Amino acid sequence: MKLAYTLRLADDALIIGHRLSEWCGHGPILEQDIALTNTSLDHLGRARSLYQYAADLFNALPAAEKPSVFSSVAIQGLVAAGTAIDEDDVAYLRDGWDFRNLLLVEQPNNDWAYTVARSFYFDTFNFYFFSALQQSNDTALAAIAAKSLKEITYHLRWSSEWVIRLGDGTEESHQRMQQAVSDLWMYTGEMFVMNAADQDAVQHGYGVDVDALKTLWMERVKAVFDEATLAMPAGTWMQSGGKDGKHTDNLGYILAEMQFMQRTYPGMEW
Amino acid sequence: MPVHSFQEHFDSLIDREITIEPKDWMPDDYRKTLIRQISQHAHSEIVGMLPEGNWITRAPSLRRKAVLLAKVQDEAGHGLYLYSAAETLGITRDEMYNQLHTGKAKYSSIFNYPTLTWADMGAIGWLVDGAAIMNQVPLCRTSYGPYARAMVRVCKEESFHQRQGFEIMLTLAKGTEIQKKMAQDAFNRWWWPSIMMFGPTDAESPNTEQSVRWRIKRFTNDELRQKFVDVTVEQTKVLGLEMPDKDIKWNEERGHYDFGPINWDEFWNVVKGNGPCNKQRLDARKNAWDNGKWVRDAAMAHAAKRKAREGGVKAA
Repeated sequence: MKLAYTLRLADDALIIGHRLSEWCGHGPILEQDIALTNTSLDHLGRARSLYQYAADLFNALPAAEKPSVFSSVAIQGLVAAGTAIDEDDVAYLRDGWDFRNLLLVEQPNNDWAYTVARSFYFDTFNFYFFSALQQSNDTALAAIAAKSLKEITYHLRWSSEWVIRLGDGTEESHQRMQQAVSDLWMYTGEMFVMNAADQDAVQHGYGVDVDALKTLWMERVKAVFDEATLAMPAGTWMQSGGKDGKHTDNLGYILAEMQFMQRTYPGMEW
Repeated sequence: MPVHSFQEHFDSLIDREITIEPKDWMPDDYRKTLIRQISQHAHSEIVGMLPEGNWITRAPSLRRKAVLLAKVQDEAGHGLYLYSAAETLGITRDEMYNQLHTGKAKYSSIFNYPTLTWADMGAIGWLVDGAAIMNQVPLCRTSYGPYARAMVRVCKEESFHQRQGFEIMLTLAKGTEIQKKMAQDAFNRWWWPSIMMFGPTDAESPNTEQSVRWRIKRFTNDELRQKFVDVTVEQTKVLGLEMPDKDIKWNEERGHYDFGPINWDEFWNVVKGNGPCNKQRLDARKNAWDNGKWVRDAAMAHAAKRKAREGGVKAA
């Protein structure tokens, strides 16, 4: 269960990092292009730390358990050959249903407002989540949390400032920002769902009670929206599934692109 | 003080290798030449993000992805220093963008070629950044102070990029058959455009003489090209790849490698806009700019509102 939990945190980081990296070279302002690439690099760095730890956890499993963890043919082949897996294997060779990232992070960039809204919802969650994860009884997760929190604090400042700037900017930017926060709202509920992995993590002291973060998250979002002159979205339907491997159409396209080299040229050093 | 003495003072600074600074008097043509050259260089950095940016989402390992992302980000940073250096000469960044978007300003033609495989990330780092370094190291001593100082930073990072590119090539060249084929294919495609990066031959380069006199340029195009060929032939031996030019041959008398004829028709054609990706590259930049307009407008409007509110608070 700890393996699944670690992978999920890594998947969130990898997929949001992938989305943000799509902006590189196409940003509206050169300085912001640089800032967003920095953030993308932070997420990618966190993903790597978590994947490396996940690979260690996997490699330490009893041989009999390994074949049933991932259904990917490529990983099954490595397991059958008795090869230890690494960060790239878990990122590039797992199939979509074994990815457990939030639906929110796989949503497309669309425009600057959607990108900012997606980051803001996620950064706010991350801020409280990684603050709490520092107390994990797993020293590896606690250390990753402590390092990540410094970066995430900056991410949250960046995305909050942009929500405010666009919300309280021009009429057009206000409308676009309101539309973006409203459209993405339905993907925010999943962050606070306590699924089996979350329950196991809380029970054994290595993870975070996400249900308890909801009030903090809501208050923070509300405060920023107030300053941005944005209305809290009214929708009550919350779409979930990512944490259980049931994704939106987007993930398949992301993986097709991201995994293409490793899938096409298996077993090579790059 | 009569005008000619400004000129004399300027000439004497140049002759004594003392840098020209933004507030110093300078001839109009010197200013124009620098604006042209620095902005062209800045545009090249920004357009240059695109061919490599293509592979960020497809990089074959997480480490390579992180390194590539950081590299492309460095190029954005170089663009930023260079635009700032050009701004000290009395032109705004928006004006420079406008010149790029309308085709009035050029950027390095090398970025009008597509990046077809992962090996192109190696070839670009090794050859394109390698050629850029040859061009740019002398610019660290160029006569205009802000440009020279920007180039010191740029060159440090570029030499790091060049080593990374070479390392990608080496990994591929020492890898499987298909990886070696990928490396050779990328080398074949990038070689000639890379040696064209030094620009037309000295006989065809109208600006060289004056630029050398002003110490904006320190070596001629042909001198730098020869230096690049000599270095690259040796590096190719380390990689175990074949030179794409069958006429490469050591010339004992000259102490340099001879090389085959460059296809200048292709060079001028790409400069004129008819390269494989000229339209796509420029469209990508224009789209980023046009689609970002509402964002920039919002940022300005918000800053103005904030300032007004703060002013209100102070007044009250």
